[in-house]
Amino acid sequence: MPDMESAPAAPATIAGLDEKILTERREAVSRTRRDVLFDVDGLTVSYADVPALKNVSLEIYKNFLTAFIGPSGCGKSTFIRCFNRMNDLIPTASVEGKILYHGTDLYGHEVDSVEVRKRIGMVFQKPNPFPKSIYDNVAFGPRILGWKRELDDRVERALRNAALWDEVKNRLKSSAYGLSGGQQQRLCIARCLAVEPDVLLMDEPASALDPISTTAIEDLMHTLKRDYTIVIVTHNMQQAARVADMTAFFSVEVDEEQDRRTGILVEYDETPTIFTNPGDKRTEDYVTGRFG
Amino acid sequence: MSAIPAPLGQRPRGDKVRGTIFYVLLLISVAVGFIVLFTLIVDVVQKGIGYIDPLFFTEPNNPTNPQEAGAKPAILGTIYLMVLLLMFVVPIGVGTAIYLEEYADRERWYNRLLELNIQNLAAVPSIVYGILGLAFLVRGLGLGRVLLAGALILTLLVLPTVIVASREAIRSVPDSIRQGAYALGATQWQVVRRQVLPAAIPGIATGSILALARAIGETAPLLLVGALTYVTVDPSLLGSFTALPVQIYQWIARPQEEFRYLAAAGIMVLLAILLTMNAFAIWLRNRYQRRW
Repeated sequence: MPDMESAPAAPATIAGLDEKILTERREAVSRTRRDVLFDVDGLTVSYADVPALKNVSLEIYKNFLTAFIGPSGCGKSTFIRCFNRMNDLIPTASVEGKILYHGTDLYGHEVDSVEVRKRIGMVFQKPNPFPKSIYDNVAFGPRILGWKRELDDRVERALRNAALWDEVKNRLKSSAYGLSGGQQQRLCIARCLAVEPDVLLMDEPASALDPISTTAIEDLMHTLKRDYTIVIVTHNMQQAARVADMTAFFSVEVDEEQDRRTGILVEYDETPTIFTNPGDKRTEDYVTGRFG
Repeated sequence: MSAIPAPLGQRPRGDKVRGTIFYVLLLISVAVGFIVLFTLIVDVVQKGIGYIDPLFFTEPNNPTNPQEAGAKPAILGTIYLMVLLLMFVVPIGVGTAIYLEEYADRERWYNRLLELNIQNLAAVPSIVYGILGLAFLVRGLGLGRVLLAGALILTLLVLPTVIVASREAIRSVPDSIRQGAYALGATQWQVVRRQVLPAAIPGIATGSILALARAIGETAPLLLVGALTYVTVDPSLLGSFTALPVQIYQWIARPQEEFRYLAAAGIMVLLAILLTMNAFAIWLRNRYQRRW
């Protein structure tokens, strides 16, 4: 951000945020049609009967980029893992409440978690390419789904959409472990895109990367937003402000008596509002850096 | 370069002496093992080399004329045992390991019992397995004293080792690989079959070969299930059989000097097979070593 210092920052704005960009974003968000894709209603997630996240309700809109921010332990990663039922893999985890996806409850009895994950892809904090070639990494998803026709085209398209094609087109058969961290993360994104999901979940996708790779991933998010609905978890507030249309702020509720820390949703609004004019004192303290 | 650094003093004398003593002790420990093994090999080679001739590999044992005695049935018996053992132990061992690592619920008492049992079985003396084989396979099932019974009892003997090695290999596949595959909509079977197993195969193979190497040196359980020492026909699955260690044991027990030399020749062949297998295991491990 070149004019970072000259920008007139509003009093309750986190340092380094450009007011002009925020205004533009505010207008853009208000112009976009809001179609509800996920309708979360009274969601509580517990590990071994201890609630980690309590009574969350919010709506996530189609083709929006939604960010979850908040301090460590506020349950934002737990929350994002509910959208593709990754919490099912933890034996002690239990989920109450509803997440409607196109009107169907993701946790309904007739819904298979494998089917959910085919449509709702996920990118993790640490790049986790498979110990295979670049090509085989991207082709893994289509192969397990039995999409064998025109696999080469599909792989190329996914790599192009992840802005990685030009860097790897001459070494598709070499190991994915030879790529840099940022390239590996874009490969993981390409791997998700190859199965043509509806939604991309990203759990702190850039927190293990250097600034240049982070910028590349953020640019990619902007491009992908046109075709996908994206949900990200980030601990970097500038990142949320740069990329997200909507932002949800989570916080921790400490129960001194039982020594329990439970995540709660404090505020959910358009990103510029969260960062410049939050409705809750706790949000304001957090985004201005006064969080204790 | 600015200030002249303070002069570097010598280390205290006691410090140096202790270091040297420790180093010498280490050398002695290494030397003990090395010298013993070296003496053994030299001794065996000196005695046996004269008996390593084509006859040794083409003729059966000759109890009256050591000059014409060979070990063909014993060598063949050992090879057959190894092949059968591999066919039995790898599927059962790897299957058990996959169950315990990927499917079993650790909270259940029967899974914990199973784990405890496997660890204990690895420490049971081989003669006990021999008695089990005699009582259960040879007499109980009425198999008789045949090659198949020998292979089955060796399978039981090394099964715990293979299970432990395979579990280790499966456990070393990082969870992020499994999560990445699940997030693409893979089923548990697909995750195990296409990600976990391929990544674990080098470790499984190394463990299996080392277990096999232990099994082919075993004498006691084979004696109990009836490996005979006077077999002149080539072994068959349901026929009487002998194996190299048993043949060596029998030759050494003979009063005539020449049979001891024959035994030395047998030991050379057995050592050669063992060293080859261990070398192959090491090569395999280095060749497919992965860094995550």
